Amino acid sequence: MPNNSILGIHETALMIRSRRTEVLAANIANADTPNYKARDIDFMAAMRRAEKSATNKVDVGTMAVTHDRHIQLSSPSMSNIALRYRNPLQSSLDNNTVDAQKEHAAFMDNALRYQASLRFINGRVKGLLTAIRGD
Amino acid sequence: MSLFSVFEVSGSGLSAQTLRLNTVSSNLANADSISRSEKDAYRSRQPVFSQLVNKFSANKEVTGVKVLGIVESKAAVRSEYRPDHPMADENGKVYFSNVNSIEEMANMISASRSYQNNIEVMNTSKQLLLRTLTMGQ
Repeated sequence: MPNNSILGIHETALMIRSRRTEVLAANIANADTPNYKARDIDFMAAMRRAEKSATNKVDVGTMAVTHDRHIQLSSPSMSNIALRYRNPLQSSLDNNTVDAQKEHAAFMDNALRYQASLRFINGRVKGLLTAIRGD
Repeated sequence: MSLFSVFEVSGSGLSAQTLRLNTVSSNLANADSISRSEKDAYRSRQPVFSQLVNKFSANKEVTGVKVLGIVESKAAVRSEYRPDHPMADENGKVYFSNVNSIEEMANMISASRSYQNNIEVMNTSKQLLLRTLTMGQ
């Protein structure tokens, strides 16, 4: 679906980005928790997976269609994106692997890219509206 | 929409850091408390953080911070020989708290920085959500 829908790839990208925001927020919130291991989403792998599930129509996140009147979800579920553990640059005494600076940078980067996807969608919608109205 | 759960995650972080600041202020306020016996002496209190895991999700994602409890420091209590002090015991000794003020100050700065970080995360998520709400306008 991502390739032939109106919004293109950006719909999926937006969903993965918002999921990643949550994961990074959990890292930052747990910056002082002993034994906490920082996690992250591999955006490229998640994107590939989403596209694959869209073309094959079968994935853990999609629903089985056993009747011709069943409605297929338009986008794959984002809840089963694989989370990876971060490799710490430096070990700490309390076994916490959160690097606050790194997480901050990742969070900011993610927020910016989220906004970029939003902008692309906005442009797409504006273009379509112009085409519909014809003015 | 998972952006909304950022508020839950960061909110739990805020409350955990607030509790930490609370224990720091309690410790600093009682840094010079004097008591009659070693048993009654004020001992520095420290919160224990733990991750809050969503057990029902496929990859055990973390949904915030929880405070497991507050432990009292096991450091030795400082005692002084002051026979003229009204709180002195039969041996003329008074017992101070085991609060390390420098440690507490460092703790306070760390808690306040973490609090700010969580606020920052919430602010950015709020902006993203507001932008998403006006999508296509």
